[in-house]
Amino acid sequence: MPNTTTSSYQRVYVWEFPVRLYHWVNAITVTILIVTGYIIGNPTTITYGNEAYQQYWFGTIRFLHFLSAFIFFFNFLVRIYWGFVGNKFARWNNFIPLKKEQWREMIEILKVDILQTKMRGRISLGHNALAGLIYFLSFMVFLFQCITGFAMYSSMSSSPLPRLFNWVVPLMGGDFAVRQWHHMFMWFFVVFIIIHVYLVFYHDYVEGRGTTSSMVGGWKFTRKD
Amino acid sequence: MAENLTIWQTMQAKGHSRREFLKFCSFAAVLAGIGSAGFPRLVRAFEKEPRPPVIWLHFQECTCCSESFIRSSHPIVADVIFDYLSLDYTETLQAAAGFQAEQCMEDTMKKYVGKYILLVEGSIPMNDDGIYCTIAGKTAEQILSETAENAAAVIAWGSCASNGCIQSAQPNPTGATPVHEILSKPVINVPGCPPIAEVMTAVVTHILVFGKIPELDSQGRPREFYSRRVHDTCYRRPTYDAGLFVESWDDENARKGFCLYKMGCRGPVTYNACAVTRWNEGTSYPIQSGHGCLGCSENGFWDNGPFYQHLASFPGFGIETTADTIGTVIGVAAAVGVAAHAVTTNIRKRKLIAEEIENSVPESGDKKGGE
Repeated sequence: MPNTTTSSYQRVYVWEFPVRLYHWVNAITVTILIVTGYIIGNPTTITYGNEAYQQYWFGTIRFLHFLSAFIFFFNFLVRIYWGFVGNKFARWNNFIPLKKEQWREMIEILKVDILQTKMRGRISLGHNALAGLIYFLSFMVFLFQCITGFAMYSSMSSSPLPRLFNWVVPLMGGDFAVRQWHHMFMWFFVVFIIIHVYLVFYHDYVEGRGTTSSMVGGWKFTRKD
Repeated sequence: MAENLTIWQTMQAKGHSRREFLKFCSFAAVLAGIGSAGFPRLVRAFEKEPRPPVIWLHFQECTCCSESFIRSSHPIVADVIFDYLSLDYTETLQAAAGFQAEQCMEDTMKKYVGKYILLVEGSIPMNDDGIYCTIAGKTAEQILSETAENAAAVIAWGSCASNGCIQSAQPNPTGATPVHEILSKPVINVPGCPPIAEVMTAVVTHILVFGKIPELDSQGRPREFYSRRVHDTCYRRPTYDAGLFVESWDDENARKGFCLYKMGCRGPVTYNACAVTRWNEGTSYPIQSGHGCLGCSENGFWDNGPFYQHLASFPGFGIETTADTIGTVIGVAAAVGVAAHAVTTNIRKRKLIAEEIENSVPESGDKKGGE
């Protein structure tokens, strides 16, 4: 009767509300940005009127992209702020491997994830060291997409925020190059989502600590023994 | 070479009336974007200021900038060149040749130190000591440095002089370099292959009237002509917002004049005044003629992928391979990898569960039922 045994666990409040909110706002905006961005790059001709004045769908797609981009950007800023004031699981040092322990854990995670070895010892309750580093790299991509996006937006905008990024266009060699890079990094998000979602399920399974639901309720579980 | 006459004086000498002079002034004012408040200033400049002597250099180029310039409609180009500017040296149009011609240039440089305008057409080869472009025994770089030293203003005509254009396209065998990368003084970049004639004359007019260079953007281009994208001023823009695109060159949509975005039009990434001033006395511009913009006034436009493709091809892969093709392959690979991983995980599942249960403690007695 294996089902009659159990472990003694305690609940730990890992993800505070701002972290969870950040996560889901990010998930929604990034999804919208990928879809609208892809359409902007490769539009199909959708005709429901005969004349240009009768329809505006492409303009709407672009508007959605810009709107989501602004939300994405400020959401990102909030998360950075929370990295300095949030709890220990949200802190900035989770994302940058400065300690030896983090590197050791990274190797351990690589073994568990890729070689599928048995998990030895305990891994961090919050982000594991490898996930943290990947998130840090993705923050860099966020930043890059914000900078290149605002740079392209700046020439048709008179608002101060996008205009801060005017300098990017000549630096990268013109709007064409900026657009290319911005478009190329869209694929990072696609690949990230595939792997991220899968690894959440995988770790939920191998760790057995409620990884998936933790991003909804905030709680994870840790063994008492 | 007529000495130091003002524009008004030369017009009088040709028998033009005051009325005709003012008419010309208003043409010039409109062209240079000078409002009614600035008009008296322009008239005063044309009346009082001596015509600036001009040295027009030709290096690695095809002379399309000159060809464009002589098609300027307002002010009539013949007037600009022969009456209102004092064009002292230009290989293409000058009557003098050989030593005589070189003498003209030297005289101008000596006589009008700090007063002459230097117009440069073409890029400067820097590889192999600049031997790929030499005139009268001097390399392009030597000539440029000498003439620019005491010039009142330096204007880089066209994409060759502003960003290297086709000479500097990969692999750039001659080391073609734009003017602003060689000189330490500010250079007015007027890119385009060629630049619009009206823009060229307007830039010269601006210097003539205000005695200083026009306001430039971060890439050294006059703001008044290069601050907006062809796309933002294009008459086909409404079809872009409506999502009406040309799918192939001879389809119904092309006949209807829909947006050429999907045909690789570079309008959305090109800063120029084509859609506003248009070409050949305001007759048309590429998009109006049914062809996409090539982005000829942008840096490195020759290397920006196939002209008829919206996305550039990905370096190192086939011509038709864009970032999207690569991205799709990587995305599919990730999905396949994840699926394979899920399969192996499930193969190990029984063992993992067994281990996990073994590590658990037996259920304690005080928690009964419900399990």
